[in-house]
Amino acid sequence: MTWAGIIVASVSCYALKLAGLSLPQSWLRDPRIQRTVPLLPIALLAALVGTQTFSIGHHLVIDVRAASLVVAIVAVVLRAPFLVVVAAAAATAALLRLF
Amino acid sequence: MAARRAILRDALGIAVASGAYAISFGAISTAAGLTLVQTCALSILMFTGASQFALVGVVGAGGSVWAGAATAALLGSRNTLYGVRLSSLLDVRGWRRPAAAQFVIDETTAMAIARDEPEQSRFAFWATGAALFVFWNTGTLVGAIATHAISDPKVFGLDAAPPAAFLALLAPRLRAREPLAIAIAAAAVAIAILPFLPAGVPLLVVALLVSLYGVLKR
Repeated sequence: MTWAGIIVASVSCYALKLAGLSLPQSWLRDPRIQRTVPLLPIALLAALVGTQTFSIGHHLVIDVRAASLVVAIVAVVLRAPFLVVVAAAAATAALLRLF
Repeated sequence: MAARRAILRDALGIAVASGAYAISFGAISTAAGLTLVQTCALSILMFTGASQFALVGVVGAGGSVWAGAATAALLGSRNTLYGVRLSSLLDVRGWRRPAAAQFVIDETTAMAIARDEPEQSRFAFWATGAALFVFWNTGTLVGAIATHAISDPKVFGLDAAPPAAFLALLAPRLRAREPLAIAIAAAAVAIAILPFLPAGVPLLVVALLVSLYGVLKR
């Protein structure tokens, strides 16, 4: 099942890349498309941040991951590199669980 | 020649940075329960970071792989617009086009459109794509192997890593008021509807709402 999802998702992502190089330019120059597509990653990534920090399954929770998110926000505001942001968040959760 | 050397240096810098970022992908994917081969297959076949993080993030949070796949595809839609910008610049035909397609991502687009000469744009695109592909897949393998040795990912706080990764991917896109407002609204809506829908589905609802907003606003 996981493999099927991986293959379908990968083929979809490849098709989307190839479409940009292949489809008639006029189709994709529509201002509504140009305006809407860049909004998708913003909304989806923000929704992922929210749901993956404040839930376990179907339950809303506030636990050490909220503290990790605060640390990650500080790291991002300070323009830390990607790996530093992720490592700081993980280290925060690991340390808080020791107590 | 000097221009090419400068492009190669930039491409290598981007590739090394993305290699570090791939290490965290390998770790998060393995902690989410994907096997080593599945993790590496994603980096080779999908080769677009945000989509890969989304798929393993949804699976790791208990969502179905199909909800993860749908989210990955929605995130990958921006690569279509990159392809539109690149197609006139690269002028790829024949067998080169399907090969070039796999390299159509944030970094290669940024590198290619930053050049003045079409010849340099093409060189920047291929150099960045090739270097990134090598470092991205190597980093993934390293992260996956390292995490494989850990019995409980929670001990190292790896369950707190995905939101930080998504935040780091999101931050560069928030440099204006409208995207920031959209991000906050999207997170709030997704959290509010999460208890009532299957895992991963709130993301698709948010994608639908933001699409309607984008299409209908004047």
